[in-house]
This record gives sequence, structure tokens and C-alpha cells, in this order.
Amino acid sequence: MTGRTITFEIFRCDPQHPNDSARMQTFELTEAPGMTVFIALNQLRKEQDRSLQFDFVCRAGVCGSCAMVINGMPTLACKTLTSQFKSGKIKLMPLPGFELIGDLSVNTGKFMRSLSERLQGWLVPAGAERSFDAVEATMEPQTAEMIYESERCIECGCCVSACATAQMRDTFIGAVGLNKIARFTLDERDGRGPDDFYHVLGGDDGVFGCMTLLGCADACPKGLNLQMQISYLRRKLALNPDRII
Amino acid sequence: MKTITTDALIIGAGLAGLRVALACQAQGQQATVLSLVPAKRSHSSAAQGGMQASLGNSVKSQGDDETAHFIDTVKGSDWGCDQTVARMFAHVAPKAVRQSAEWGVPWSRIKAGPRQAVINGKTTTIKEAVQTHGLIHARDFGGTKHWRTCYTSDGTGHSLLYAMDNKAIAAGIEVHERVEALQLIHDGQRCQGAIVRDLVSGELIAYLAKTTTICSGGYGRLWSASTNALICEGTGTSMALETGLVPIGNPEAVQFHPTAIVPAGILVTEGCRGDGGVLRDVDGHRFMPDYEPEKKELASRDVVSRRMTEHMRTGKGVKSPYGEHLWLDITQLGAAHIDKNLREVKDICNNFLGIDPAKDWIPVRPTQHYSMGGIRTNEKGEAYGLAGLFAVGEAACWDLHGFNRLGGNSLAETVVGGMIIGEHVAAAAKQTDAPEEAVAVPHWHAVAAEIDALLQAEQGNDPYDLREQMEQIMMDKVGIFRTGTELEQAVVELEQLQRQASELKLHNRTRHSNPELVEALRVRKMLKLAVAVAKGALARTESRGAHAREDYPQRNDNEWLKRTMVHWRNDAAELSYEAIDISKMELPPGFRGYGEDNTIAHPDSAVRLAQVEQWQQQYPDATEQERQQALMPYELPTLLSQPNQRRGVGK
Repeated sequence: MTGRTITFEIFRCDPQHPNDSARMQTFELTEAPGMTVFIALNQLRKEQDRSLQFDFVCRAGVCGSCAMVINGMPTLACKTLTSQFKSGKIKLMPLPGFELIGDLSVNTGKFMRSLSERLQGWLVPAGAERSFDAVEATMEPQTAEMIYESERCIECGCCVSACATAQMRDTFIGAVGLNKIARFTLDERDGRGPDDFYHVLGGDDGVFGCMTLLGCADACPKGLNLQMQISYLRRKLALNPDRII
Repeated sequence: MKTITTDALIIGAGLAGLRVALACQAQGQQATVLSLVPAKRSHSSAAQGGMQASLGNSVKSQGDDETAHFIDTVKGSDWGCDQTVARMFAHVAPKAVRQSAEWGVPWSRIKAGPRQAVINGKTTTIKEAVQTHGLIHARDFGGTKHWRTCYTSDGTGHSLLYAMDNKAIAAGIEVHERVEALQLIHDGQRCQGAIVRDLVSGELIAYLAKTTTICSGGYGRLWSASTNALICEGTGTSMALETGLVPIGNPEAVQFHPTAIVPAGILVTEGCRGDGGVLRDVDGHRFMPDYEPEKKELASRDVVSRRMTEHMRTGKGVKSPYGEHLWLDITQLGAAHIDKNLREVKDICNNFLGIDPAKDWIPVRPTQHYSMGGIRTNEKGEAYGLAGLFAVGEAACWDLHGFNRLGGNSLAETVVGGMIIGEHVAAAAKQTDAPEEAVAVPHWHAVAAEIDALLQAEQGNDPYDLREQMEQIMMDKVGIFRTGTELEQAVVELEQLQRQASELKLHNRTRHSNPELVEALRVRKMLKLAVAVAKGALARTESRGAHAREDYPQRNDNEWLKRTMVHWRNDAAELSYEAIDISKMELPPGFRGYGEDNTIAHPDSAVRLAQVEQWQQQYPDATEQERQQALMPYELPTLLSQPNQRRGVGK
């Protein structure tokens, strides 16, 4: 299919420009072997429109900067090969649910920082911090692996954009938030348990807001088992005999 | 002029920047961090394989200590590094790993009992001791005597950066995202912050600070093929160069990583080879043992990259539409190991190549990877030439790496450098008076004028075209193997591009978020740095570490055991040199152990070696501390100076 013409339909809007309104703009490009949406967008900007806004950093699928909606699916643009779209038509939209910076660029950074502050998404030590001169505390190898498994989240925002609840309720913490809580409750170094997160977890903003549509798990570019994490937290809360929910 | 005042301004929110910020905050100094992108998207996140620290826990790490780490680092640097810095670094690295474990990094841990590992192409059984169960593990990396690279699967940088940024959020440290520092504020003596452009609103802000620390990473994007993230454009380094006062150290010391995938140029970790992967040629032959019978695939990176290039030149490369490549074969490690310890590698192969590394060989070739050079600093991280300015991590030439960095030492440097230099930054901020707004005014106006001129120019060159030409010149003429003829051409061509960059014309005249304006501002900075790299490489008529001159294949300690210093003066790169004093070395220059020894020795090397040996014979019972004090004393902040305990060693 190399050498075919691909048609890009790209969402355009500059919210800082007083007279600008959202519109779709069409571009055409000759496909090259191994072309990704990252390569294509950079080529379009260089050759056709110097005002096109989008975000890439690592271009290798690890930093989470370039999430956008590609033919209806929130995903990472850097690792999306153009050849996978047999029609040769590619429609690019910014991730919904985040502040629009311009065109395909959204402010996921601001969202993730405020989510982290709201959830206290950091390790709260169970005891006093051990001296770094001493031999480190041991940890079961399997526990370390399980923590890493949930820590592989790259905060790209795809799960938020793919989630019906998040689209209806701004305050829903989404799979990214629930996964974050699961990560810290799994960690024996952290003094908190699910109960300590009850104020967000135990209501519509938390596990009970999830409608189990599995959009998060479908869209997650790292293939995290987000539904399992949400179920884990539900079970942890429900199994607490002292809590009436 | 909008101003923001803080105690410690930190430019760059990767691991080095965040760690400096935490050190400042811990001492009651307000830290403000600037970042082009959200902190967790920094290039630190891309480090896969691990971080070197001599914990000595695993059975394959037994006997490891700071001295072994120090020796490996100095040899790896081809004696180009600052040995005092290497000592300080090796001492603090275990603390950095252990502290990050307390902060949340889920380091991969040792499981007691037997396990299968692939060593030198053969599946071998390794048995871990019961008393080490659950301690932090280490994998093998190139150029190290022991297995020393601590890791979390192959997402070590990601885990560390997340732990560090989470800690910074908990500490309430402000990270101003999507802003770009464009010019340092200074009065010719002291740096007092930076003029910063908000990349969204376009607003120019004067950040005034008692100390300014540049942690903006390397300059890999000067080359068209680099493993670096797109934001690694060296503009922070170039901003220091542009003052005319601060020199760049060893800009020509540039590392090419042996295994980036073809054609995307994305890195697959050295952990692939550390865990037992091998390199093969067009015939499927494992060729590295032919060149390096002892270290094979785990020779130092510069050596493996050169051997691969040499081997392709003999016609043994694999032809492809994207040029020649070789194969990285990790199939012998098996799907289970790859699924657990090389997950990112698997994802990268799957996403960008459509292959399964458990079954298929990976097409790889050497690709630009790391900038050993950078803003020249002393042992405290203070930049030469301007008081109050510091640099840490890849942006700096602290000079831990000399002419070749060992795998796993960069991630370690970001955190360790952040810990050590962070203490000095905090101390300096405490002792310094509040900055003066008046100093910022001319700098603010200079940047505003530059932007106005760019937005108004009716004619000029295209910034994207200049950038593309620069990248190609760097690739073709300032690469793995270098010659005087090519470097001369490169200097002439790059200087011409640099002049052309003074007149640029933009299509996009938007004052706020404008990617073309960003490109224009950056390409000017990048071209200055490119000229510095090429000039430094042309002048250095020897081969040392990653700087390989085909016309000068010998390492020439007699004439070249010195650091290149580049100042930007009268709109040109000006070279000078800083001697590296052999008489103060703990480990005098010797044979690095690859190929044949063709070093042109410096007469002082033998003298110093005799001194060191004589001392050791004279005081066979001296303690480690006494020995260090006598041979090469160094000073660390008190907080970081205590000995490191080890299981079983009892030190």
C-alpha cells in the first residue's frame, strides 16, 4: 500500500483566537513505508501548515504525550501505523475530557497533576524513612512485580477519554485514578489502605461510578488490566465488615 | 515585564531537576521548576535498562563495591572523566537507589534459589542465597566487573521518574509546564534567573532567582537519527553557551548506542544484551566474539558501536530500504523472561516493527544516544564563568563520563548528581541575596525584540530547512567514525547555516502558541551547539572513548589528556583546553582492555602509577578511608558521606 494517498481529516481550533471556531480540515499526504501518525503529522506541519498543533515527546510509546482520538479510538499517535487503516482515511480529534490547548493538543499534564493532588498519589510511608546508608528493606519479588504492573500507567489520558462515566461526570477519577489508588494500596511500604481512600473511592467518583463498559481497558495503550484493578478495589471495600456501603 | 521570584529556579523537570528541587525544598528553599512538557513526560522516563549502584546483593554481584564501580567508570570514560567526581558518584549511587526504594520505586527483587540465566549465549543456572531474598536485584551491563545495574523490569527510568515526581507533588513543588527558558538573566558576574516564554500564551516572563540550575538534558536531536526524545535539543545548554561567559565542556564526546531499531531509531535497552542477547550479521553469525573475545556483546558501548560499524563495512550488514543494519537476537531468553523483564522491548518490537522478539531477530544499528559533554561545572555542579548557575545531569559536563558513558550510569547520574549538587544549590540559595529585577530588564527586551523581529520578517531562511540540513551534516560528518576532511567540511557548512539562521522568515505570525516560532528560536541555539561539537571534534586529533578519529586512531595521553572548552564569543565558537592532572589521579591512565593497546602514554602516567603502588606497598594495612585520603581525597556534603552498608560484607 506504500505510495498511496492518505486523507487526513484533522480537528482545528485555536481557543486563544477570539474569532476562531472548531472545524475539520482535510489534508492529503503520500504514504511512506513504516509511516506512523507521528511521522505524518510532522510532515504535514512542515510542508502544508505551520500552525498545526500537536504534542509528541518520546515518539516511542512510553511518555504518554501524544494521545488523541484516531478514527474514533483514543490511542497514542506515535505508535499508530498509517498502514493499519485500509480505507486510507484517518480522522484525528483531540482527546475529549481535557482542556484544549489547540488543534490536537490538550492539557493532560494539568489534569494529572490535580488528580494526583486530590488522591495524594504518592507513597505515604508506613513507618519512619529508613536511612539510605543501611541495607534496604526487603520486598517479595512478586509484590514488586505486581506494583510495577500497575505503575506502568503513563498517564496519557486515553482511559479517561474512552470512559462514559468520565464524560458525564467531571469529578469521576477514572481508571487512571483508580489504578493509582490500587498501586499504592498494593504497596506494603505505603501506610494507607482502601479505607483511607474511601472519601473518593466509595462513591460515584470512585469504584461505584464505573459502569463496567471496559472502554478504559480497550483503549489503554499499555494494555493494563484496569478492570481487574477496579474490581480489586471494589472487593477490598466490600469485604470490610466495619463498613456499610 | 511580568516577573516571578523564587529561591531556586530549576530548568528541566526530569530526574535531575526534580531531585535538585527536592533537595532545595528540604532545606527550606523554595524551588520552582520549568518544563517544556509535563514532568512525567520528561526524557528520563525513556531510560529502560537500569541504574548502576554497587549494592552487591545478587550472587553475580558479590564483591562489588564503590571502588569497583569507580574503576569501571574511569576505564569506561577512557580516562577522560574527573576521577574525584567519579568517586563521589560511586559512593552516593547506593544511597540513591535505596532512597528511591523508600520513595516508592518497585525495584526488581532477588528470589532465593536457582534460576535460569543466559550467559555468553548459554543457558546457565544461577543460585541466589536465602539471606538475599527480597533485596534489590542487579542485571549485567556492558563494561562492568560485576552485575551492578539495578532495575525495574525495563521501565527503570519510568519508575524512578514517577516516584520522584510524586514526591515533588507531595512536597508542593511547583512545576511550570509548557514553558521554555530562552535567555539567562545575568549581570556578567552572577546569574539571576531566566527569561521564559509560555509556550501556550506566548507571554514572556522574567523568572528571578538566587540560584539557577540547568537540567535540560542532552543534545541528541542535533542528529537526524537519535534515540533521544524530541525535546532533547540542547537548548538549555546552548542558552548557557550564549552568555559568552559559560563554556561547554567536551562537546565532541557523543555516544552512539549499539541497538536502536531500524528505521524508527527507538532504543532497545542494553539489558537485552546484559540478559544474554547476542548480535548477529547477515549470515546469522555471532560476530562480536571475533572482535572482542573477552567482553563480546558486553564491551563498552562505544566499542560495540564501532565494531558493528566495522563489521557492516566488511559487507556483513543486512540490506534494507532504510540502509544496512545487523540483528539483535534475544530469542534464546524465551517468552517468559521477555514478558517479565523486557516488556517495553516487546512492545516496541510489536508496535514499530510488527515482530515478536521471542521469535524474531530485531533489526538494529548504532544510533546517536548520549551527550557526555555539556555545561562545564566544578565538582559542586557550579558552572564555570557565572556565579549562581549550576547544571546537573546530561546537560552538564560535571565530568563523570569523560569520553564514554557506561550503560546505567546516566540514570544514576541524574539522581546522584541531583542529591549531591542539590545540597550545594540549596546552600548557595541560602547565602545569596534576593535577585534584582533591574538586571532582568535588558534581557527581557532582548528576547522580546528577537521574537518581534521573527514575527515581522518579510524575507529570510526557513527554520525547518536549516534544521534538516544541520541534522544531515551531523549524521554524515560528525558520526561514529570521524575524519579531519569530513569534520572540516562540517564546520564550514554548519558555520554557514548558523549565519543563515540570523535571518529567518516564518509563515505563521501567531504570537501565542506557534510551533514554527518555537522551531526558529531553537534552531538558532542548536546550530551554535552543532558548531561547537564539530569544531571540538575537528581539533581533537586523537581517538578517545566515543570520539573515534580514523586519521588519528591512537589515544594520545601525551597531547590530549585534557578537556575541550568552548566559549561562544563574537558569534563564533572559541576553543580552549583544561588540563586533566595525572598527578592527582587515583587510577592513572592505562589500557582500557579493548582491541590492542595503542595509547601514546603521558610520561606522568608511569610516575603516578609508581607513586600509587608505592603507597599501597608501604601501607598494606591502611583502611579504605586512609587510602582514599592519601591518594585522592574528596569531599561530599555531610548528609551523603557515611559509608554504605552491605549484606554480608559488613562495611
